[in-house]
Amino acid sequence: MTTEQEAIAGPEILKAWIGADRVFEKKFDPELYHEVSQFIFREARLQDIHDYDAWEDLWTDDALYWVPANGTDIDPETQMSMVYDNRSRIALRVRQLKTGRRHSQTPPSQLARIISNFEFLKSATDDIKVVCNAQIFETNLRGDTMWAARNEYTLRRVDGALKMAYKKVVLVNNNKAIYTLSFLV
Amino acid sequence: MDGPVLADKWDALIEPGRVHGSLYYDTAIFKEEIEKIWFTTWVYIGHESEVPNNNDFVTKALGPMPVLMTRDRKGEVQLLLNRCPHRGNAVCVLEKGNKASFTCPYHSWTFSNDGALIGYAFPDGYQKAEKSELGLSKVTRVANYRGFIFGSMAAEGPTLEEHLGGAITALDRLCDNSPTGEVEITAGFLQHRTKANWKFILENECDGYHPAFVHSSIFSVADSGITDLYGADAVAVTRSFGNGHTEVDPRPEFRRRDKPLSWFNTKPERLPDYVQQMNEAYGPERAREIMIDGTPHIMIFPNLFIAEIQIFVIQPVSANESIQHVTALQFKGAPDMNRRLRQQTMGSVGPAGFLLADDTEMYERNQRGLEIRDPEYLYLKRGEHRERHDEDGYLIGHATDDLPSREIWKHYRSLMEDK
Repeated sequence: MTTEQEAIAGPEILKAWIGADRVFEKKFDPELYHEVSQFIFREARLQDIHDYDAWEDLWTDDALYWVPANGTDIDPETQMSMVYDNRSRIALRVRQLKTGRRHSQTPPSQLARIISNFEFLKSATDDIKVVCNAQIFETNLRGDTMWAARNEYTLRRVDGALKMAYKKVVLVNNNKAIYTLSFLV
Repeated sequence: MDGPVLADKWDALIEPGRVHGSLYYDTAIFKEEIEKIWFTTWVYIGHESEVPNNNDFVTKALGPMPVLMTRDRKGEVQLLLNRCPHRGNAVCVLEKGNKASFTCPYHSWTFSNDGALIGYAFPDGYQKAEKSELGLSKVTRVANYRGFIFGSMAAEGPTLEEHLGGAITALDRLCDNSPTGEVEITAGFLQHRTKANWKFILENECDGYHPAFVHSSIFSVADSGITDLYGADAVAVTRSFGNGHTEVDPRPEFRRRDKPLSWFNTKPERLPDYVQQMNEAYGPERAREIMIDGTPHIMIFPNLFIAEIQIFVIQPVSANESIQHVTALQFKGAPDMNRRLRQQTMGSVGPAGFLLADDTEMYERNQRGLEIRDPEYLYLKRGEHRERHDEDGYLIGHATDDLPSREIWKHYRSLMEDK
């Protein structure tokens, strides 16, 4: 690392935000890029329209859905996260939403999200690792809220179809006081 | 306003069993609360385990005011006001870390982490500046009860023990549930913002009337074990300790069940290490009692809510905005218990929590409802006819009664009235 780069590295607080180094895939596979982006666009649409069952079907049996707080690479086994759901808790989250009595989603948030900046990470297995950015506009009884996040996925082919084994949503403001986040982010 | 009119004001705003809506949205009343409540009474700031090592610091708050909680070079916990005495700049903008001194970025004045001014840039520009008078200000009084650090900006007034009164037993009960007798706050906080007045949050914490309705969505799909506590046939009680401290006491229900760890909706077989540690620490008989009774559910006025497995620190931002800071309680040296405490806390609270997202939705709807100006008052008479005193002389009521709200308002009035 050159001296100039060290000077740019910035204070510790920024490192906590950026997280550990990610190793990006340099090879570009246009077919895979298309397939993966279409899959994630579909996931985004299912979340926006609150199609809970179809969204739940996207997960593998060993899934992990993680929305950390206070940084990017916190240790979820010692630190609080906003969401840290294994497969059964994902199912519980969906069952609660489907009761129609999840008051913070009754009426449901009206949502539109933009997903962009796809980049593939190196993967040592057949799993596909991809990062992207998300910007979500929410309007509900409280008012209008903008959300921004850097997402990280592990996707896996199960019986020929892509599934989500891991989704991490790093909200840009996850170290600040944020409003209720009860839609599927 | 003169004296008699002022007294009339509080007579009109706070009546027995009903309070005026403006108490939740009037910005002048909010400013008055900051002075007469937040900058007067004892306020919970943080836990000593958040600054375990010398020179650790963490940014906390006393009401709307940021406070720097440090452990100084000698190991003393300090509550410093993060305002350079020179021109008012912040001497620290980091949320936490380890530093022996803080340097103001504006003119390089440097302060020790006990607040003392160490030096300033270009010192020959000052002839008679008295360094000992130019240190960082501090929270006027600081007190520590079993690791819980409270601050008061009033030079005089009740001691922390006097302020807590009977509520102090709840902190003891909490610590008893740790095999080492010590609680730790180490898991970091979720910060949940809400467009609602802080008192709606305060009153909801021991409101046993709402869970069956606000939380019916999660209760209908998960066996939480909470439903029985707050039904019409519940044997749990609400209690007022005075000074605005209120609790829901579910111990009658847990003692009726007579099953250790039923309070946490689990069984001894699921937490074998914890149970063994408890037996060794307290002896099997006392350990069993503790594990049947469980941890308290108490709202310590004005901002510390101990909710069985987590704590909430309530922060007022403006008349119609507040922040709930929440984290899992951790028992020192009990990893299997701590994991469950964190997992259950993460599921239930914070912005995405199965419970708190909906509580917070109610706070915001309540707040908006007050824009409708008729009826002007909120109705808090539930259970007035069945209030009674327990064997210790504290007022108790049914788990679903408005007793906590009435008692909070009684204390609130005593602080707000100029007496």
